Amino acid sequence: MDDSAVSADRVRAGDARATARLISMIEREDPSRLAVLKALHAYGGKAHVVGITGPPGAGKSTLTDKLVGDLRGRGRKVAVIAVDPSSPFTGGAILGDRIRMQRHATDDGVYIRSLATRGHLGGLSRAASEAVRVLDAAGYDDVIIETVGVGQSEVDIVRIADTVVLVSVPGLGDDIQAIKAGVMEIGDVFCVNKADKDGAERVVREIRAMLETAVLNGAATRFTPLFEARSALRGDAGNAGGATEAVASRGPAEQGAFHHITAQATGHPNLEIPPVVKTVAETGEGIGPLVDEIKAHEAALAATGFLRSRREANLAWELGRGAAQRVLSELERDESRETLAELARSVLDRGIDYYDALDALEDAMKRTQRAATTA
Amino acid sequence: MERTIRVLVAKPGLDGHDRGAKVIARALRDAGMEVIYTGLRQTPEQIVSAAVQEDVDVVAMSILSGAHNHLFPRVMELLKEKGVDDVLVIGGGVIPDDDIPGLKGAGIAAVFTPGSPTGDIIEFIKKNLKRKA
Repeated sequence: MDDSAVSADRVRAGDARATARLISMIEREDPSRLAVLKALHAYGGKAHVVGITGPPGAGKSTLTDKLVGDLRGRGRKVAVIAVDPSSPFTGGAILGDRIRMQRHATDDGVYIRSLATRGHLGGLSRAASEAVRVLDAAGYDDVIIETVGVGQSEVDIVRIADTVVLVSVPGLGDDIQAIKAGVMEIGDVFCVNKADKDGAERVVREIRAMLETAVLNGAATRFTPLFEARSALRGDAGNAGGATEAVASRGPAEQGAFHHITAQATGHPNLEIPPVVKTVAETGEGIGPLVDEIKAHEAALAATGFLRSRREANLAWELGRGAAQRVLSELERDESRETLAELARSVLDRGIDYYDALDALEDAMKRTQRAATTA
Repeated sequence: MERTIRVLVAKPGLDGHDRGAKVIARALRDAGMEVIYTGLRQTPEQIVSAAVQEDVDVVAMSILSGAHNHLFPRVMELLKEKGVDDVLVIGGGVIPDDDIPGLKGAGIAAVFTPGSPTGDIIEFIKKNLKRKA
């Protein structure tokens, strides 16, 4: 198949080859992808984008495989983007997440794509957000993104996913690990996998304690504003008949939001914290409840209007990054390099200072831009 | 941007020995390729479907069970059914010399038997890609 045969219609019709080729064009930043992406734009925005993240060996791929199976059982079409690291030296990669998911290979309702990071840090590949938009427009109901095995600060996934599932396992470290800043803060739903292993209960307790303490300390969290908005909705429903009707008129899935994410009693029964679900992905134990919580989170986002505001914030961030990328490519051009070198010389010779040089550079770039728009 | 070669490494059929396939996967990785490894006991249908979804340039299969005369041509047949004609397919494993012409006739571009230097495989792939950069 030639790249030029890739069209929005073929992608929309569920043609896996066209979808796959389009994602390859995205990966190598082929300009000819843009026409197809633009044509797909109108159809996006429907999929629930779920991020699965956690340390290497936590069982993310096996868990993803089981999530796909469960979601298929609920009649949903599912796409998976599985990211693994590229070698910083050769650029090569072993993409092995698919091994755990091959039982879905011949299911037409499932599309699985492995992506290498290709030098991008942060747990994802640069192609990930555009690939998600393609799979969304292609009509997959759920798009699951499995990040690379993360350490402590790969948090890119929050910029793409509606719902982030943070997977932990017993045996990784002491309770200080759970209170460090970074990855541990980004979960909307927490999953303790390999829960049949010693120490699983302790991990559950530590995660809950971490989340509760964040609330008690009044720290900014991802979940508190959502829970407050949801409580406000619930409060309205209790106070006025009209509001009760408003809740009743929401779909059953959205009503579920009010029941599912419940305060979980450890030391503080009244604090609302995200759910912590125990799973044994290998056997499928706990998968149903995990999917219930993922869907309840989506329902809560939808009911409170947070789905839209979260997507708006993420898109604004991505636009900013896109603009920065354009500026960077502009600076890669030969003329820009010359300007940069000239300014550097002036700074070195103490002719102008560093900040004057930055201002001069900005002016020069604006002039080029104006010339480009009037031309 | 330079094109990255994507290779699906697959073990069709029922034998459970993937040491060779993993050595090849690692060698291709070190040659700068992206290798999607699908694991053991794959049906031809699973392999072809994965090759399509992953948009690979190459499918490399390894068989030690003796079922190559059935499984390799079956993969070629399924690729043809799906209209996939731009993927290079190579095979490897314990395959008698007498069987190789038949497999090539079925569309397997090359067959690498035990002892083949990984460098030969890498070079063959680079020279025989059906999709050009």
